[in-house]
Amino acid sequence: MTPEQPAREAMTAAQLRDVVVDALRSVAPEADAASLGDAARLRDAFDLDSMDFLNVVIALHTALGVDIPEADYAKLQTLGGAVAYLASRLEPRVTG
Amino acid sequence: MTARHVTVHKPPEVAARANLRDYEVTRAAFTWASARAELDGLPGGALNIAHEAVDRHVAHGRGEHLALRWLGKGGEVRDLTYRALSEETNRFAGVLRALGVGRGDRVFALLPRVPALYVACLGTLKNGSVFSPLFSAFGPEPIAARVGLGEGRVLVTTEALYRKKVAPIRHTLPSLEHVLLVADASAGAERPAGTRDYEAEMRAASASFEVVATSPSDMALLHFTSGTTGKPKGAIHVHEAVVAHHATGKLALDLHPDDVFWCTADPGWVTGTSYGILSPLTHGITSIIDEADFDAERWYAILRDQRVTVWYTAPTAVRMMMRSGAAAARAGGAHALRFIASVGEPLNPEAVLWGLEAFDLPIHDNWWQTETGGIMIANYAAMDVRPGSMGRPLPGVDAAIVRRVGSGVEVVTSPDTEGELALRRGWPSMFRGYLHDDERYAKCFVGEWYLTGDLARRDADGYYWFIGRADDVIKSAGHLIGPFEVESALLEHPAVAEAGVIGKPDPVAMEVVKAFVSLKPGHAPSESLRRELLGFARTRLGPAVAPKEIAFLPSLPRTRSGKIMRRLLKARELGLPEGDTSMLEGAS
Repeated sequence: MTPEQPAREAMTAAQLRDVVVDALRSVAPEADAASLGDAARLRDAFDLDSMDFLNVVIALHTALGVDIPEADYAKLQTLGGAVAYLASRLEPRVTG
Repeated sequence: MTARHVTVHKPPEVAARANLRDYEVTRAAFTWASARAELDGLPGGALNIAHEAVDRHVAHGRGEHLALRWLGKGGEVRDLTYRALSEETNRFAGVLRALGVGRGDRVFALLPRVPALYVACLGTLKNGSVFSPLFSAFGPEPIAARVGLGEGRVLVTTEALYRKKVAPIRHTLPSLEHVLLVADASAGAERPAGTRDYEAEMRAASASFEVVATSPSDMALLHFTSGTTGKPKGAIHVHEAVVAHHATGKLALDLHPDDVFWCTADPGWVTGTSYGILSPLTHGITSIIDEADFDAERWYAILRDQRVTVWYTAPTAVRMMMRSGAAAARAGGAHALRFIASVGEPLNPEAVLWGLEAFDLPIHDNWWQTETGGIMIANYAAMDVRPGSMGRPLPGVDAAIVRRVGSGVEVVTSPDTEGELALRRGWPSMFRGYLHDDERYAKCFVGEWYLTGDLARRDADGYYWFIGRADDVIKSAGHLIGPFEVESALLEHPAVAEAGVIGKPDPVAMEVVKAFVSLKPGHAPSESLRRELLGFARTRLGPAVAPKEIAFLPSLPRTRSGKIMRRLLKARELGLPEGDTSMLEGAS
């Protein structure tokens, strides 16, 4: 059985990026997200330990209603990677 | 049947190849003098950890054996044989000597898991100086407190860590004369003022160095740990500790000459130094170092591809791996593991048994502390495992459950009775003091017993079972965190009137740091203020110490003498009756 997905308008990549940044900032509010490049390693840039990273994943799950299996965590290492991965998980609800 | 009531029996062929085959027999025959005789020593009764860990293997013709295999975040690999490690550590000792740094001087490292960290540790010991590792996830305040208390003369760090965490507090550290910067990706064209280039200094130093003939009782390592109140405590360990590093590696981790060993702990914590650096090297075996942070898939690949035979990890990591299931661990093909051990907080029975599903091996919990310097109580390769138990005391270690009576203690002899876990003083890696705090050191001992601050019970067969902490210290992801250090940082924020910090039970990390704050007049609770405080604490303390959760209260409960009642905060968090906080001891 699939859990009911939150009703959502199709999200653009830019909106998805905002969701990821907000999930990160909910765990590490001190981090400078504005200057973050797509290739930056999130755990380094945001000073995340393993528990922090798990909490970011949980925040993304809550915000987007997608399941993120452990085996895919490596795909969330960078901001660009996380946005691309989440977009693929949300298809076909993502445009642009 | 629940996991709690299962005993994991060991097949005879497993027992037959273990170093410790029969617990009772080995225990009866063991002496620390015979353990010392397995090391080389230096002329005149001198003993130096780095000589035992590195140079003696070169002298014995094992110089070409691989000592360290370093796996970089980006897939790089760097191998160091014992000969190469000997030369590198000689160079670092020479760098220190050229700077006028000598015996007893404290050398701090604030580094990710890069080869320079291992070289700095061993080179410092060769020079007769004292090595003090700092976890690179500490923020500026924990760093300043530790380097200040330890009167560090030298700090080895990276440019990025220096700019972010050290430069802002350096003016508060008059003892800190030399900062050596190891190159990292962020290194700019211009090195920060008042720093030296690690690589340049190393190139200029000689590959030869005569190891300083330290006495067994000379200070070698300074490991900081946290108490309920006050500043962090600097636990002093001496060169004689190497006798325990070696013996416990042999008996509790079952190290054999051809093993490939992987201790996943960061050297910023005592496990990562005693077992991530020293113990495997004293055995002349190969250690794996992974620079990257925990990632289950990466770890499975390392275990498999590096043919790891003995693996020493932590309950939080095991529980994170359990989330993805045993099938994920088995997916990549055969591994070479022979023995798995865990330390940091009690390993729940389900996690012990998960090892059987994932690796066909139980996970062997063991117990020790910063103060004990090495493993004190363990589950052994050849001994049945009672899942949930920390095992039985090492040969040479006398443990007991004691009860405080007046100014003394009495040993509790009846089985399955809760009391404080105590160790009879005298093992080689016992801490020899808290730096500049004789009073706190003296308080740890009553007569011949070192009181650990952990509550436990011993069953009728001599297995020990952890119950909780006797104080308010928080155990999170294998690390001790002092609530006072966290509260002090929060109180620096202009909106905070009071702060009380507890360990909130957590299924993965055992506890996570949760802070309760009340606000000064003119400030109101809000999500934006909560985030501001969280960021404020993380900036000062770093992610390893900062709270993971912050909650607002109108005021914090206090005793008549004005002390914040952390136990009452914890009772509320757990939904326990507030009037009865006695129940809390078993809850942590």
